[in-house]
Amino acid sequence: MPNIVVLVKQVPDTYSERKLSDSDHTLDRDSADAVLDEINERAVEEALLIKEAQGGEVTVLSVGPDRATEAIRKALSMGADKALHVSDAALHGSCVIQTSKVIAAAIGKVDSVDLVIAGNEATDGRSGAVPAILAELLGYPQLTHARKVEIDGSTIKVTRETDEGLTHLEAGLPAVVSVGEKINEPRYPSFKGIMAAKKKPVETLSVADLGIDAGEVGLGSATSKVVEVAPKPPRSAGQRVEDEGDGGSKIAEYLVGQKLI
Amino acid sequence: MSEVLVLVEHLNGEIKKVTFELLTAARELGAPSAVVVGSAGTAAKLKESLAQYGAEKVYVAESDDATGFLVTPKVDVLATLVGAKSPAAVLVAASADGKEIAGRLAARTGSGLLVDAIGLEGSGSDVTAVQSIFGGAFTVKSQSTKGTPIVSVRPGGVEAVEASGAAAEETVEVTATDAAKATKITGAEPIVGGDRPELTEAAVVVSGGRGVGSAEKFDVVEKLADAFGAAVGASRAAVDSGYYPAQFQVGQTGKTVSPQLYVALGISGAIQHRAGMQTSKTIIAVNKDAEAPIFEIADYGVVGDLFAVAPQLTDEVAKRKG
Ligand SMILES: Cc1cc2nc3c(=O)[nH]c(=O)nc-3n(C[C@H](O)[C@H](O)[C@H](O)COP(=O)(O)OP(=O)(O)OC[C@H]3O[C@@H](n4cnc5c(N)ncnc54)[C@H](O)[C@@H]3O)c2cc1C
Ligand SMILES: Nc1ncnc2c1ncn2[C@@H]1O[C@H](COP(=O)(O)O)[C@@H](O)[C@H]1O
Repeated sequence: MPNIVVLVKQVPDTYSERKLSDSDHTLDRDSADAVLDEINERAVEEALLIKEAQGGEVTVLSVGPDRATEAIRKALSMGADKALHVSDAALHGSCVIQTSKVIAAAIGKVDSVDLVIAGNEATDGRSGAVPAILAELLGYPQLTHARKVEIDGSTIKVTRETDEGLTHLEAGLPAVVSVGEKINEPRYPSFKGIMAAKKKPVETLSVADLGIDAGEVGLGSATSKVVEVAPKPPRSAGQRVEDEGDGGSKIAEYLVGQKLI
Repeated sequence: MSEVLVLVEHLNGEIKKVTFELLTAARELGAPSAVVVGSAGTAAKLKESLAQYGAEKVYVAESDDATGFLVTPKVDVLATLVGAKSPAAVLVAASADGKEIAGRLAARTGSGLLVDAIGLEGSGSDVTAVQSIFGGAFTVKSQSTKGTPIVSVRPGGVEAVEASGAAAEETVEVTATDAAKATKITGAEPIVGGDRPELTEAAVVVSGGRGVGSAEKFDVVEKLADAFGAAVGASRAAVDSGYYPAQFQVGQTGKTVSPQLYVALGISGAIQHRAGMQTSKTIIAVNKDAEAPIFEIADYGVVGDLFAVAPQLTDEVAKRKG
């Protein structure tokens, strides 16, 4: 009966324009619509599939501003049992390493964790490193970029899928798993699920609650800093022609003109 | 001159091109030291090519554990070297493994992590990473504020240039892996690369979308790609529909490509697709819908049926290349 913590992140919707704030170069979270990152829906789905097969409890964990409650509710309405939300003004501008330390401390608040499930890469920062850093900090094995997860007692087997191909992995629990895009199709929350989610417990924690000093997190003590930001001028449309049976030749002429062929 | 560590990516005794890019980038900052982690005898096969791209030193970390466990043996070796050599920076490829190695190494050594750089500036300990974020909408420069800058560098971000290096070998002890904290690799099914260039490295990319209609018909895309000597890409809709394998997906959740020429066939140009290709130098689009958003960013667009336009273009390109 594995106890599972699923890590979810609220990110700016990629359908809306994403910006950096002018003042401190951090993500301008108010300029874009915010959604539960799609890959995290797959992480929640995988946790629920494991729970449905083997029992246990699914806790959702998110580190982020107050708005992240929307992402948490979505995960709960899919079927997760309860949630932890670390929200603290001091976290503003935290780097990947600091965020991972906060997540690791929050995982420590959950009783007897067997499995941590995350997305392989967030669509905003695209650092693709939080799950591995958590494994480092927690001293757990990492089974990342999973396309398939099998748990048998205290052994976990994962098929990892990357550009290199497939790698078969095996380790003991507790472990950190990150899921890739091809692992499953996340379910839609049912009406019943949405109603039930409203009553599920969400515990909100500050960094102090995690035993972390506010000075250790946030922009001021981040391990990396942005020194310059330049927006790229958007591309504009070039020529467009209707195909009149010579479309391919016309492209070829254009490419010859550009010295591309 | 201070040392810059470069983790070598290799498979079956061959070095990946990204490693030569990393060595080139490292030369901007200091003296490149290549770090080879692998099974016994690996470094001997790689040494000559490393010297050709300016590696002054080659650290050799060879053992069975090095290939038997995921990610951690490489982190162990790099952490040892960071402690012993105090390098100016550590560069790894921003591949799935590389991003994870960089993250763990930064956490372990109390260093700053700079992710997915497309270029490096500075010298000595003053290292600035150039990054392209939100699908190329912003260019950002960042620095590490603690420890040794640990940088993952995007494949194709830096152009590899040859330079000769001494490639002096030095053996590094691989610490035995603590199996309880590590992940065993029990098997692998590597993708056998075809004759086409690697997607992220290709000068020309020809991509197909849902408009291609089926896996069989994707050969229209492949034939045009082969006429150019190009890599083949696909939209997520094409991948999800089973027309083309996932590793060829271009876009926000796929590859980021920045070729000289990008040809989009039957791709609408959704923002998530554009995120992976809009920094291409020249963009050509063929789509039968004149309103398709891909035309907003195309340098040259043809409104028409890709099954008429692409084969004609294939013939024209083949003719000119003779
Ligand atoms: C979180 C998230 C991440 C995503 N990541 C990615 C990603 O990494 N990469 C990606 O590509 N998408 C991604 N998407 C999906 C994206 O939103 C689009 O759904 C997808 O790019 C559409 O692919 P498409 O253009 O092939 O298909 P469609 O939008 O269906 O377009 C097909 C086009 O083909 C044209 N067409 C049809 N037949 C012909 C013909 N015979 N000749 C010429 N033209 C023809 C049509 O006019 C149409 O414009 C993501 C979405 C989300 C929400
Ligand atoms: N602030 C956060 N709160 C909770 N989970 C997170 C947070 N940041 C990253 N993660 C998890 O780590 C995964 C990979 O993110 P990243 O390494 O930032 O690309 C995400 O898909 C989440 O599951």
